[in-house]
Amino acid sequence: MSESLLEAWNRPPTIEVDGEGELLEVAMGPHHPSTHGVFRMDVVLDGERVIKLKPVFGYLHRNHEQIGQTVGYLQMMPYTDRLDYFCSLTNNWAYALAVEKLVGQAVPERAEYIRVILAELTRIQNHASTIGFLTQEMGASGTPLMYAFREREKILDLFESLTGSRMMCNYMRFGGCRVDMTEAHLNAARKIVTGLPRFIDEFENLLTSNEILMARSQGMGVLKPDLAVNAGITGPMLRASGVNYDIRKVDHYGIYDRFSFRVPLGEHGDIYDRYMVRVLEMRESLKILEQALKDIPAGPFIDPKAKIRGFKPKPGEAYGRIEAPKGELGFYLISDGGTSPYRFRIRPPSFINLTVLEDMCIGQNVADVVVVFGSVDIVLGEVDR
Amino acid sequence: MKTVEEIKTAIETAVSGAQLEIVPNGSPSAEHSLLVDAAHAFAAAKFLRDDAELKLDFLSNVTGVDWLDKETTEKVKVTRPVEKEVNGVKTMVDETVEETKKTVTPGYLEAVYHLYSMAKKHGPVILRMRTGNRSDKVELPSLTPIWRAAEFQEREVFDLFGIIFTGHPDLRRILMWDGFKDYPMRRDYVDPDDYEYEPTAHDDVLKRAQAHLAATTTEAAQ
Repeated sequence: MSESLLEAWNRPPTIEVDGEGELLEVAMGPHHPSTHGVFRMDVVLDGERVIKLKPVFGYLHRNHEQIGQTVGYLQMMPYTDRLDYFCSLTNNWAYALAVEKLVGQAVPERAEYIRVILAELTRIQNHASTIGFLTQEMGASGTPLMYAFREREKILDLFESLTGSRMMCNYMRFGGCRVDMTEAHLNAARKIVTGLPRFIDEFENLLTSNEILMARSQGMGVLKPDLAVNAGITGPMLRASGVNYDIRKVDHYGIYDRFSFRVPLGEHGDIYDRYMVRVLEMRESLKILEQALKDIPAGPFIDPKAKIRGFKPKPGEAYGRIEAPKGELGFYLISDGGTSPYRFRIRPPSFINLTVLEDMCIGQNVADVVVVFGSVDIVLGEVDR
Repeated sequence: MKTVEEIKTAIETAVSGAQLEIVPNGSPSAEHSLLVDAAHAFAAAKFLRDDAELKLDFLSNVTGVDWLDKETTEKVKVTRPVEKEVNGVKTMVDETVEETKKTVTPGYLEAVYHLYSMAKKHGPVILRMRTGNRSDKVELPSLTPIWRAAEFQEREVFDLFGIIFTGHPDLRRILMWDGFKDYPMRRDYVDPDDYEYEPTAHDDVLKRAQAHLAATTTEAAQ
């Protein structure tokens, strides 16, 4: 703290623009209702037009990676729930996958199926809520969001009865899952899956050809495919720009090579395409769920030989990644032979997807910044870590 | 996809003078990485992106690793003359003695890049760069001009590890606030004495802040 406090207080703002006319600098956030948490955008406006935008992070920073290097491997599992708290099960899976890669642990058939079922249910509830929030930012105050949350509630009820918690599931283990998914749970999942197409139809009836949604999203916040690839954008945002890259298809992690599903792609890379890709991805997830719930075999839900006590991987490193609902979620682990990782790194999709926020917003009206931002789909627990 | 050895030879032929080394990975994943010298890293990275066969257009993950100074002790057998009494006469006799020898390997900071190809759907190729030491030679070339994906991630590595990326368009702290001085992801990082403290410029709080500042600076001076 060598810089005097008053100096810090009076330091000029981070954005300096030399333009003509009067420019207005607005700090949107950190407590703006549209920022999905504590996130700030320093926006420079020329009238209504955005000419510069700098995202400011770190309000929720808790040095998650340093925590990961002080606790044991298994102890870190519940912390991963808190990254993207909408999708704790996919976070669990990504972490379990990285550790399994580090120690060469195999996963039994049944556990792989359970993982796929839970991950796809997570994807559906995430996409539905994201679209709900996106429409809320366009002024649809509540209805689509409540429709989405009504379905999400059913899925969360299943998660609660299976894992004991609605959002902080802490369910996956290295080499399988914590408890078995019983026939009752599977039947509950089947019931949800049977009801979901009706919900998606209803959702689409409400939104897809809605005049306001079309006016606010078509041609807005366009992201070109070459920039999207270069900037490391992943997930529905990348595919909305027309780049065919889905880690479920590329890496075939888990057992995704067994299911037939398609990868929806956008054409224009605008907000409407991002909405549409998410809707279609929900439908594809349903296809995977139907196949998985039909084929799930009997057997152990965790490798009985999986090591739990005295878990010390040999020195080495591994990078495990999955297609999380928001994009590529990766865990990079370096082991020095000890009980906790020497280096624990999370590759957060929503943090990296914000790289192009400025490129998408420049030239738009300030009211559209909120909508563009909503279409990125971020969770601050993961951005700030 | 080419193996790590083939990629190494490909870079060596394309970028003259590049010094590459394969860093082995002991885990069952066996994804070995390529250590590139800082001077040729930019050219090597550009080659990896633009080469028609590799086409590593997608930079997935950028991160730092802090390797502390390592002190290794080993027992060495040394033969040297020792004074001894043989039959009542003092003579110098060569004798083998066991000694412990300490060697300090200096630490360094490391930047790790995970590269994939979206066009060819292969990967990963892992690229590493190392700094000279952990204190004053901490500069590495930024790869942001090649992959935009590194923009925020290199800022994060700068923020949390203190690697200075030369050529980065906007190298500022990203998760910690601008006035913060230390690097919280270093292995030897020590928590500050007062976490909750936030500097503000208002009466009472300002006084407390100045008192706190004075106390900490005198502490440091002692």
